[in-house]
Amino acid sequence: MDKRLEPIVKDIQEKFSATFDEFRDEVHVMVAPEQIVDVLTLLRDEHKFELLSALTASDYFPQVAPRFHVIYQLSSLEKNITLQIRVPVNGSSPKVPTVTRVYKVANWRERELFDMFGIECEGHPDPRRILMPEDTEGHPLRKDFPLGYEEPQFTFNFDEIDLRKPYAKE
Amino acid sequence: MSQIEEVNVDQFKHLVSERALTGETMLLNMGPQHPSTHGVLRLLLELDGEIVVNCIPDIGFLHTGIEKNMEAKTYQKAEVMTDRLDYMNTMGNNLSYIMAVEKLVDLDVPPRAQALRVILVELQRIASHLVWLGTSGLDLGAMSMFLYCFREREQILDIFELVSGQRMMTTYIRPGGVWRDVPVEFEKAVRDFIKIFPKRIDEYESLLTKNPLFVDRMVDIGYLSKETALSYGVTGPVLRASGVNWDLRKARPYMGYEQYDFNVPTRTEGDTYARYVVRIDELRESLKIVEQALNKLPMGLVHSQNRKFVPPPRSEIGTSMEALIHHFKLWTEGFPAPKNSVYSAIESPRGELGMYLEGDGGPKPHRIHLRTPSFDNLGVIPEIVKGHLVADLVAILASIDIVLGDIDR
Repeated sequence: MDKRLEPIVKDIQEKFSATFDEFRDEVHVMVAPEQIVDVLTLLRDEHKFELLSALTASDYFPQVAPRFHVIYQLSSLEKNITLQIRVPVNGSSPKVPTVTRVYKVANWRERELFDMFGIECEGHPDPRRILMPEDTEGHPLRKDFPLGYEEPQFTFNFDEIDLRKPYAKE
Repeated sequence: MSQIEEVNVDQFKHLVSERALTGETMLLNMGPQHPSTHGVLRLLLELDGEIVVNCIPDIGFLHTGIEKNMEAKTYQKAEVMTDRLDYMNTMGNNLSYIMAVEKLVDLDVPPRAQALRVILVELQRIASHLVWLGTSGLDLGAMSMFLYCFREREQILDIFELVSGQRMMTTYIRPGGVWRDVPVEFEKAVRDFIKIFPKRIDEYESLLTKNPLFVDRMVDIGYLSKETALSYGVTGPVLRASGVNWDLRKARPYMGYEQYDFNVPTRTEGDTYARYVVRIDELRESLKIVEQALNKLPMGLVHSQNRKFVPPPRSEIGTSMEALIHHFKLWTEGFPAPKNSVYSAIESPRGELGMYLEGDGGPKPHRIHLRTPSFDNLGVIPEIVKGHLVADLVAILASIDIVLGDIDR
């Protein structure tokens, strides 16, 4: 592990009883959902992680507890280090507290998180879908959401396929 | 025909001011079909006369589910999807994705391939900035800029066609190296470009940099402070124009960027004009990198010799059974990657282009997340346009340099 990261990881471990693992010089710290706001506030204020580079999730369906990992990728410009925080979330009613008060970029990223995975961010100021239309059913990046496809139309079956194509018609 | 619905204020109650509810201010759509939104972007504006009170961006019109599609393909096949992401920066997208794959499976890249990647990615940066310069000139009424910029961009696209066979959707950078070595004409084509381009930048600058009409539209418009920029996750030239010296090519050098001598242009004004100056300076710096990389372009192989990930050359397949098996396995099954995750990022023309890549032990990615710079850079728009005229909004939007394919993915 990077020498500059050691005291930071130790600090989180002591204060939040977190676990961590390492892969290809990247450090992933696991914390509980209810601690995430405090962890990020600590990292931003005490350890100079100014930038929330990415906020996303990963779905481990059919595993239920935890089904998701919410991932917060942080960068420190001053110290030139990165750190990944992972938050396990259960599948039955996936929820994490919003971090928009810590990083404003989380506003759109959490809307995307809800849109794509259906993970609710409690206390979010603007909880609408962001990429998909408002009336979409389901959350596309979940592993149990089927990947759609387009039926190719040829001259001999153009009309037949056209009848069941789901696009707007006159 | 679907019904045309009026914009419902109730839906945006928490985003607009109280004056919009009484009808004192007006809600107006800008886009999705509007030439200066640079794609299919809808901005819902709350206007008091011509002053923007609130701006609510509505994105997702170009959402094509690239992340979902990539999860259903093998690591090699998923690469073509990255070209379609930010179509002004195809080489950069390829590089970012391939770097993540190489990090995940721990694959080496020979020095010649690294240098070629640097040359092409920097040329791509120049091409991308040229499109930005041309279109933002167009937005501000400098019509002829567009024609001049596209003239030079054409030359870069010709170089791409020379090396990859494609002008835009290149897919030239592959796991462990590049697709194939560059043809002999490559060096001359790049040298020609290096020779003419500095004069062309001077030409652009003589048209715009001190032009009072242009400067008046840009100075003190759309001020973005350092703290706001960082909190909103803004990266790239926009962040550097706000006084933060942060460039991943310097901070975490990849592909041997540490060997090249270049500066990171920064400004402290944080306005639209500062963003313009930073990008113009970047054109010169990128050209410096291209020239240095071309001068010391090492000879040798252009892909790794690790046959578990890189297909063998055609000549070997006819004579070696092992090569045939490797080739067959690679193109039918793909290569497996460990069950773990990596995050790798490059400096794209628009900012930090990051890839979160997670393997599941098989040949397909379990999860890939594209951290695209335009998405976060657009998020700061509502903050910086408040109190400006609608015409200034066009200038600000142009200076942020968004690509909708990059935002919607």
